[in-house]
Amino acid sequence: MIRDALLIAGKDLRLELRSRVALNQVLPFALLVLVLFAFALDPDKSVLTQATPGLYWIAVLFSALLALQRSFAIEATDGNRDALRLSGLDPAGIFLGKVMAVSAQLLVLEALLGVGVAVLYTSRIEGWILLAVTSVVATASIAAAGTLYGVLAAGLRVRETLLPLLLLPVLAPVLIGSTRAFEAALNGSPSEGWPWVGLMSIFASLYVVAGIFGFGPLLEES
Amino acid sequence: MEQTRPALSPVPVVHLRGAVALLGRFPALAGVDLDIEARRIVLLRGANGAGKTTLLRTLAGLVPVAGGEAVVLGVDLVADPRAVRHRVGLLGHATGLYDELTVGDNVRFWARAAGADPADVERALTRLGLDGRLRTVAVGRLSAGQRRRTSLACLIARRPELWLLDEPHAGLDQEGRDLVDTLVREAVAAGATVVLSSHELDRSLQLADSVITVAGGVVRPDPSPAPGANDGDAR
Repeated sequence: MIRDALLIAGKDLRLELRSRVALNQVLPFALLVLVLFAFALDPDKSVLTQATPGLYWIAVLFSALLALQRSFAIEATDGNRDALRLSGLDPAGIFLGKVMAVSAQLLVLEALLGVGVAVLYTSRIEGWILLAVTSVVATASIAAAGTLYGVLAAGLRVRETLLPLLLLPVLAPVLIGSTRAFEAALNGSPSEGWPWVGLMSIFASLYVVAGIFGFGPLLEES
Repeated sequence: MEQTRPALSPVPVVHLRGAVALLGRFPALAGVDLDIEARRIVLLRGANGAGKTTLLRTLAGLVPVAGGEAVVLGVDLVADPRAVRHRVGLLGHATGLYDELTVGDNVRFWARAAGADPADVERALTRLGLDGRLRTVAVGRLSAGQRRRTSLACLIARRPELWLLDEPHAGLDQEGRDLVDTLVREAVAAGATVVLSSHELDRSLQLADSVITVAGGVVRPDPSPAPGANDGDAR
């Protein structure tokens, strides 16, 4: 399973390096969202500062939707889904590989967005360990749930519009938890953020386990 | 060139009895009876929409068998269609290639997915004439024939026991078509079994041991045996 996951992750990341969709489209989109929020809230600087964690994670979520749709779009062309089914790869390995590839892309995106937030919102960043752990756990949750719902929507004609409808409600707890943890880190009280990280870890574990067992049947049905 | 694991089992490679496959509610296969013994080349012929592609995809374990018996390479497709997939190679209308990856990357990925050796990848690329400059070209920039050759390289690198070829000559030039025929004969000599569908009957009839006709989702033996036929293993 791990061998298969590494094979899929390597293939997806190589595809991204060659196509640069995340770099040329997803990252500019995320930065644009941040800039628009800054324009919209600029008259009241205090509101902007208070809302920074939530705005950051909303930008990440929107960007994740694009990355996830791209992850399944590459399998939807020219019989690639059938080729994957014939390959003999463990479906759980395919799931984990896609989660790893999407997570890697999102973590890079989050780091660059963090710089954007610091510049645009002039936020003072503290609690680095809490911020880093929150990012890793929230990213794993988003990638796991998104990959599971991505394969569910992949076989449908309305997949581009269906995926956000399915995914965003499921990720609401992750959005709340990551926002609260970031608020705690930025306010200099990281001890208040760790319980939220623990809660998100439970969600991440649930999504990963559901994906390991559910991805194969969903791949067959899609 | 050793391309397959030898098939030594005396039981038929393909055994279908009253096999039914549904596409939605439509019975694309409506009670197929078919036996194919090892190391044979069987040609499927029939009009468009007769069920040839569905039959090939069913044999690959991609279309669920809704009724009857279906055993391929000793695997019961009714019980576990996934179990046979890594042992068959399906060349369909779609290439199954990633446009942004190079020819070499694509062949290496699908070969590694099947557990093939790096040497198998090199042999496949060389055999299909893809070991030169083309190896580093992105698949999206290839011609249709070159993409077809890349798909064939992916297939032979996996060394399947059962080759399922849907219009394998389509999109290829004369040299490419001759190469397909040579690869098929080499695969059979190495122990594989080949089922192909083709509208290029002149060429395919020379290649096949047996011919079966698919019409309306059922299979019947062809009254005129193929020129290459010896003892009619497909019934």
